[in-house]
Amino acid sequence: MTPAIADPTRPVVRVDITENEDVVVVRQRAREQGRRAGFSLLEITKLVTAASELARNTLEHGGGGYAELEVCIDGIRRGVRMRFVDEGPGISDVEQAMRDGFTTGKGLGLGLGGSRRLVSEFAIDSAPGSGTRVTVVRWK
Amino acid sequence: MDRIPILRMGRTLLVTVQVDMHDQLAVRLLDDLTEMITKTRARGVLIDISALDMVDSFIGRMIADVAATSRILDAQTVVVGMQPAVAITLVELGMELPGVRTALDVERGMELLNDAGDR
Repeated sequence: MTPAIADPTRPVVRVDITENEDVVVVRQRAREQGRRAGFSLLEITKLVTAASELARNTLEHGGGGYAELEVCIDGIRRGVRMRFVDEGPGISDVEQAMRDGFTTGKGLGLGLGGSRRLVSEFAIDSAPGSGTRVTVVRWK
Repeated sequence: MDRIPILRMGRTLLVTVQVDMHDQLAVRLLDDLTEMITKTRARGVLIDISALDMVDSFIGRMIADVAATSRILDAQTVVVGMQPAVAITLVELGMELPGVRTALDVERGMELLNDAGDR
């Protein structure tokens, strides 16, 4: 992942994810950050949709956690970085979990694989018993 | 309790989604619509999503479930007003909503349902 530096003039926004309505709050914050980064409507829509999928994963599979969203810069590029953190059961086979259609919950299995297609960079750090941390960046 | 209102116009049910839906609200809408189709013997369901600025896999599945359920109950579902950015994102996400009829706006959606009712 590009060592993008956070924009010091823009603070990190943190959203706790403990219930359904919090997923909606994450979407709203993602939209705001996308606007601050100067994203187009389509870029914002993709960012917000990815945020929604990942926040739902944090809630459904991680048992809740939090999200951090910030505008980041790399040279003249601007983007939005989003981090989703939970202390849930973790994922034993990350590669399998990334595959479309793989699901352990009631969803469609498009959460991880689908959201990866909507962002520029995607990193996942997870192991059984040690929670899951997903970090994504979408560049303008 | 939050609920999305369902209007009845003849034998068509009209739903305008105007809020950023959380998952339980979407599930409740599916339940309410299913009940209303049976109760009112509706032949058509028109869902206007022009105010939705994103549709993720959960809401997408809810839409597909409404269409599938109403078909079994002998009613047609038409989804109208999807914003272009939402449509592009849905396809990239991997959801193409097979089996869901769509129209550009409410007027054309009503035409589709009326045509289907005449047959």
